[in-house]
Amino acid sequence: MWAFIHKFGSPKWFYAISARLEPWCWALAALALGVGTLWGLAVAPADYQQGESFRIIYVHVPAALLAQSIFVAMALSGLVFMVWKIKVADMAATVMAPFGAMMTFAALFSGAVWGIPTWGTWWEWDARLTSMLILLFLYLGVIALRGAFARRDSGARAASLLALVGVINIPIIKYSVEWWYTLHQSATFTLTSRPAMPASMWLPLLIMLVGFYSFFTALTLARTRSEIVKREGDKRWVRALVDKEL
Amino acid sequence: MAFTSLQEFFAMGGHGVYVWAAWGVTAALFAASLLQARLERRALLKTLSRRVRRDARRRQTTDPAHSSRPMVDDDA
Repeated sequence: MWAFIHKFGSPKWFYAISARLEPWCWALAALALGVGTLWGLAVAPADYQQGESFRIIYVHVPAALLAQSIFVAMALSGLVFMVWKIKVADMAATVMAPFGAMMTFAALFSGAVWGIPTWGTWWEWDARLTSMLILLFLYLGVIALRGAFARRDSGARAASLLALVGVINIPIIKYSVEWWYTLHQSATFTLTSRPAMPASMWLPLLIMLVGFYSFFTALTLARTRSEIVKREGDKRWVRALVDKEL
Repeated sequence: MAFTSLQEFFAMGGHGVYVWAAWGVTAALFAASLLQARLERRALLKTLSRRVRRDARRRQTTDPAHSSRPMVDDDA
């Protein structure tokens, strides 16, 4: 276990392994996003109550779930960095934050435009919406805090700490629709019960979820490798990459 | 297929503005992240290759005992 952590934590080893994984993640992302988009936008039947506006679900739900998963992944990376001083974990946390913020924005934006035809309002200070807005501010706070220190290590530790504290918001987002009376509907899908939707509607959603998560994985692998090149430019093995990749 | 014509597809039953705005913004964010990652990588490799070449030049022109800063060999 220790050997594994330190091996995986070695930038050189991570670089080699992620270079091999990355093309598969991109391929899966392209396939799933392509099929999911076509299916969700053009093939799936319209909702009997909401009509065609329900097709927003295929970007709204994956973006919202991914936004929360990225925050947890970022906080865990921060914990690994703080406990074991593994630099790759901090590099991963660094590159995850902007995409997490983007997915939070995508969830909020798609929810707002969905709200106009279905709720009659684009915004309500409802528990689910407010806690998602707080998630966006947490992401922006983590990004700003990291950049606010002259020493990279201090910024990394401060950002990790804020991410770890901010994780409290994730269960609040999840249970907000149960704890408070909200305008936002409760989860359409749970792991324990059958979906309340026909397969022609939930299958494209599942495919979109796979697409969003694999895109995030591929992007994180790619950008973590760039971050290694940026921070470890003095290492001989990194310099050897120039001949191979340029 | 849920639509019979292309016009019907773009209109989205009168909800076209909402559907296309939500999908468009999300797609734009994906495209932007992809582009940013590619540009970042290209810029980093270019900077690194400049440094490698500069160090190589310095090693040739100066006394080997006082050559440029030492390279770190292993990933410490």
